[in-house]
Amino acid sequence: MVEVEKRFVTSAREEILQRIRRATYDVPKEERPEDVPVECGYRKKDDAPREEMIEHFAENVTEYEATVRRVSEAGLKEAITQTCQERDIRRLVVPPGVPEGWLPDSVEALRDDTGTLLTNQELDESDGVLTGCALGIAQTGTIVLDAGEGQGRRALTLLPDYHLCVVREEQIVGLVPQAFAWLADAVKREGRAVTFISGPSATSDIELDRVEGVHGPRTLEVIIAG
Amino acid sequence: MTIEAPDAFSKGRTPTFEESARESLANAQLRRNIGKATQAIRTRRAQAVEELPDWEELRQAGYDLKTRVMRHLDEYLLQLEESVHKAGGHVHWVRDATEANRIIADIAKNHEAKEVVKVKSIATDEIKLNEFLEEEGIKAVETDLAEFIIQLAGEISSHILVPAIHKNRAEIRELFIKKLGAEDLSDEPSDLTNAARLYLREKFLQAKVGISGANFAVAETGTVCVVESEGNGRMCTTLPPVLVMLMGIEKIIPTWQDFEVFMQLLPRSSTAERMNPYTSFWTGVSEGDGPKEFHLVLMDNGRTEILADDIGRQTLNCIRCSACLNVCPVYERTGGHAYNSVYPGPIGAILTPQLVGIGRPGTDSLPYASSLCGACYDVCPVKINIPEVLIHLRGRVVRHRQDGGGLKGKLDPENVAMRTMARTFSDRRLYEAAQKAARISQWPLARSGAIHRLPGKLAGWTEARDLKPIPEQTFREWWKSRNGS
Repeated sequence: MVEVEKRFVTSAREEILQRIRRATYDVPKEERPEDVPVECGYRKKDDAPREEMIEHFAENVTEYEATVRRVSEAGLKEAITQTCQERDIRRLVVPPGVPEGWLPDSVEALRDDTGTLLTNQELDESDGVLTGCALGIAQTGTIVLDAGEGQGRRALTLLPDYHLCVVREEQIVGLVPQAFAWLADAVKREGRAVTFISGPSATSDIELDRVEGVHGPRTLEVIIAG
Repeated sequence: MTIEAPDAFSKGRTPTFEESARESLANAQLRRNIGKATQAIRTRRAQAVEELPDWEELRQAGYDLKTRVMRHLDEYLLQLEESVHKAGGHVHWVRDATEANRIIADIAKNHEAKEVVKVKSIATDEIKLNEFLEEEGIKAVETDLAEFIIQLAGEISSHILVPAIHKNRAEIRELFIKKLGAEDLSDEPSDLTNAARLYLREKFLQAKVGISGANFAVAETGTVCVVESEGNGRMCTTLPPVLVMLMGIEKIIPTWQDFEVFMQLLPRSSTAERMNPYTSFWTGVSEGDGPKEFHLVLMDNGRTEILADDIGRQTLNCIRCSACLNVCPVYERTGGHAYNSVYPGPIGAILTPQLVGIGRPGTDSLPYASSLCGACYDVCPVKINIPEVLIHLRGRVVRHRQDGGGLKGKLDPENVAMRTMARTFSDRRLYEAAQKAARISQWPLARSGAIHRLPGKLAGWTEARDLKPIPEQTFREWWKSRNGS
């Protein structure tokens, strides 16, 4: 059975490749992919002053109906505590690498550690999740998670209904191209999964009326710390 | 059970665009829904694009990158295959819909899945995957809200991006009450959405197999990408232990860094957002995170035929944003169903006939479903010259009718007329004689400098426009008399 399947698959592969080569007969034999010119005249970097970029990030995240607040590094724990109280968050999912100093005394931390991973059921029944992030993109108001420190696996930021994300000021980049350049290492060397989050999930499928929160966390809050 | 009208990718004869358009145009509710929706997206898209001073440069880069990929598609596919293998994924190559369906059903069966969760994917609609799985005893649950709605209603999509654009809130509420048994449901979109969330959450948590399409796949790293808004994509690609992704072979981009172009072009063109709510990028399988098994199915299904046509080739640049649908004056009035294809609108009018092959009456009518106004070309983020391809395909349709029709084709009145015209226009004497003859015979038709209606079969031509009569003196006659004096 396995043998038959293998032969079937291999021949489809060969045939498709042959079809492509026949179809592109007009491409000179000696032409390399890099020989096909690609004009890269678009902006690669934002030269705006740092503070302006951070403000821009905050504005764009706010436009997605996510709540944003800016605090000093020292005021972080207090801000997180306050947010959790406002939202009545008691059972908070905490990925590995989130600094102990961030955790409010008032919540029960559900830790997702390598030995004892939380089940989907536990994530589903939690009140929310607290994470850091890899990057923030000012141009688009995007939070980037790359499964690194303080972010955890993908399901953690997907099943809980509330996501509180801490972005440090120095993690904010200006333009989309800068974000992809920054992430290249995590992807190429470690094959890490990357998730772009721009506001809470949304749909406009019913009469193009925007509804915030379909699947995934219906509420997204961002704290910018610096 | 889904009851589907025959579309271009199912068996049986497809109606022509004119036939179906007549039906759609008679439906006032549909026209209102589509008109309101396209207008709204159109305005928002223009604003989102306006924000970027380098939009034209991004479009050019997008076009260039796609051109590079198409010219060297074999190399890029091999590179992608190797990258995905290295990252722990499986790669399958399939020539057509039958092979694609078979392999996906087999993977589901190997894992004893009776039900699979699906992210919206037009590629899977193209191969009629849901129907195939159903015959194999596997239920495919659509999880995108609009797809979910039309699956419940047993209908087909009318817009690439907003498939349920033809249904209003009252109709959806009724459907949910009937099919989901939801009680106390208002017709507020937020309430309707919440009903779907609760129902689908259970499905996501139980599913053993997830199925998705691909927005992009990176040859260099093997990274694939799903761009979405609702989070159902993240659910389907993260929670089930087995993930199958079906992608057309044209969806490749060369390097990871090239996302910097396409992830700027796609969201703004498609939903008019700076960035769509969720984008997932993953590379093979990651230990302890997401699916344990990842299958990438690389599908041809007519794409290499498009590649072989040097004018049609640019069609493969398409990143399925749907901007061309929203600006099209024809689509705005007829809606998507008139195209009888999972790919409606201007892009569908060039993609569908090329994918299924020229020579089928239904799909051969699609290149004519356009006024050639060019709005689609202006908004296309990867600069597909849709009008150019439309005209090229009209030519192919006509040539096919002439060459392939045998004696019947030769005697077809239109073909006879065109052949006579061609002979007349290529011979000076014949041309001048024809002008003289026309001048004499046109007198009963010409009224105040215009012919408003041609007789007999030719009347179709003057239905929507006037014809200039042959003047008293033609340019050639004037030139001759000027030289003579």
